[in-house]
Amino acid sequence: MRALLLRDLRLAIRAGGGFGLGLAFFLIVTVLVPFGVGPQTELLSRIAPGILWIGALLACLLSLDRILALDWEDGSLDLLATAPLPMEGIVTVKAFAHWITTGLPLVLAAPVLGVLLSLPIPAYQWVVISLAVGTPALSVIGTFGAALTVGIKRGGLLMSLLVLPLYVPTLIFGAEVARRGAEGLTVQTPLLLLAGISFGVIALLPFASAAVLRINLR
Amino acid sequence: MSLWEYANPVKFIRTTDKVLPWIWTLTVLCLVTGLIWGFFFTPNDFRQGSTVKIIYIHVPSALMAINAWLMMLVASLIWIVRRHHVSALAARAAAPVGAVMTMIALATGAFWGQPMWGTWWAWDPRLTSFLILFLFYLGYMALWEAIENDDTAADLTSILCLVGSVFAVLSRYAVNFWNQGLHQGATLSLDKEENISDVFWFPLLVCIAGFVLLFIALVFLRTQTEIRARRTRALLAREGQA
Amino acid sequence: MVLSVRDLAVTRGGLAILEGVSFDLAAGEALVLRGPNGVGKTTLLRSVAGLQPPEMGTVTGAEDQIAYAGHSDGLKAMLSVTENLRFWASVFGLSDIEPALVAFDLTDLRDRMAGTLSAGQKRRLGLARLMVTGRPIWVLDEPTVSLDVASVALFAEAVRTHLRGGGSALMATHIDLGLTEATVVDLTPFKAAPRTRSMDEAFL
Repeated sequence: MRALLLRDLRLAIRAGGGFGLGLAFFLIVTVLVPFGVGPQTELLSRIAPGILWIGALLACLLSLDRILALDWEDGSLDLLATAPLPMEGIVTVKAFAHWITTGLPLVLAAPVLGVLLSLPIPAYQWVVISLAVGTPALSVIGTFGAALTVGIKRGGLLMSLLVLPLYVPTLIFGAEVARRGAEGLTVQTPLLLLAGISFGVIALLPFASAAVLRINLR
Repeated sequence: MSLWEYANPVKFIRTTDKVLPWIWTLTVLCLVTGLIWGFFFTPNDFRQGSTVKIIYIHVPSALMAINAWLMMLVASLIWIVRRHHVSALAARAAAPVGAVMTMIALATGAFWGQPMWGTWWAWDPRLTSFLILFLFYLGYMALWEAIENDDTAADLTSILCLVGSVFAVLSRYAVNFWNQGLHQGATLSLDKEENISDVFWFPLLVCIAGFVLLFIALVFLRTQTEIRARRTRALLAREGQA
Repeated sequence: MVLSVRDLAVTRGGLAILEGVSFDLAAGEALVLRGPNGVGKTTLLRSVAGLQPPEMGTVTGAEDQIAYAGHSDGLKAMLSVTENLRFWASVFGLSDIEPALVAFDLTDLRDRMAGTLSAGQKRRLGLARLMVTGRPIWVLDEPTVSLDVASVALFAEAVRTHLRGGGSALMATHIDLGLTEATVVDLTPFKAAPRTRSMDEAFL
């Protein structure tokens, strides 16, 4: 398991794209939004928490097809399936590696990009906390989508169609934490619900992902 | 003799062929009666005027939008547990019907909302939930279309349906939390004092019965088509091999 | 008996291709599957390796005993030869990769990125992976593709060593490896009569 995690991380660093691409995409989305809605500071600061969440979500989505598709193409998945690792473990490790290479950098970059959008000061900590709690769910749900579409040529668009509706609850609670934090309201309820979703999907969804992957491999 | 005998494709087609004409007749009867009764023989609402009459399409289609998904969920479970092909194909057949019901509910809601709330669309929890449900239908159908192997497609879409159901419920709660809306509460419930009056209630019941029957008829018909298509493929494959 | 296959029937793309396949494999034995293209060698091997459920029949003794090598080697272009091998070794709970490097003459290439290797070198690396799994049964699908004569000899020697150590091998190949001890099974007689899978028969 650890070997698989280390290999995935090493590949992400070597092949580029892993750490860099998602972050660059996040940056570009954040830069494009003011062009779209206008440069007024008060408008930007009001929508900043939501924009940061949407940007992080899209950056996550962009890199999902790398989770399993590459291993599918070069035959590694076949070999891993015959290895003494449980499939549930494989998908969990894959999701975790995706989070480290995509989710974690997004969490760390969010405050910097918050400056660009004149994010209100009290919101900074809540944007970071909500992303830190919510992005693992995005990775795990995304791995499920990637497992569903791994055998389909050009499955990227289909995967987005399948994964985005599944992201709705996470996005709602995550953005709600950030928004309430920005307005100085209490964030306890949405934060707990967000954490509930994260823990729930981490505990249960790998079973579905593994089942789906086994079906796709046969 | 058990219910599972109908899971045999041939038996399914034979049985549904026998009952389909009856179901179609009842469907037409219910829909024509219900809609004419509702549209022409009920008084206008004292607040909403004649716009209230869209309820005879809006409420039944909304009910069927959700029930179609529930039916797909049950059919998916049956496929996963007992691996009856008819069940998987019925789930596949129900999806577009459910999607169209969702679309009708959304469209009639917009037509109703415009004069009542002054807007075609609002990010009200109920409206939003239905929009999300529509997206789930789209994804489910797209996955069926994308996979060539029938059994693989059935397996994957069943699991998607299970996982999707959990997330649909989650989304419903999330959306409620996110925005308290304009939409009135449930019009039909057994325990509430404040129900709609009988004048509207009876034609509405007939309409709902009509939509349920319409759904059953369409699903039977489409499942038959799916079975025949599958049989054609099996025959062609055998020809090609010989 | 290490591996025993009884009355196996397999399908590909909804069509039955092989049926009634039975064979046994003992420790120290090699079995070579022959047959024209499309007879179902790959499908059979995938079923034995547990990647694909067989239509009918049983495979016993395969659980956690098989090292499978298919058409693709599962190599990562951006990892070096040793990193690739070391990864698979640790997945299978081993750590020593030197014998594998030596056996397949990869010691000079050890720090090269796998992506820069030639097709034959990649194949050698893919086969070297078998040695770091520690699994007794090798299931090999056309292992000699893109190998030159010298490399084929290296591979045959590796298989022989594996057999001598009590392992066994099941492979589909057209090339004569000079493994005199290997039993050859021709799959042509097991070709399934034209019919669809039993699953589809409900529709006919």
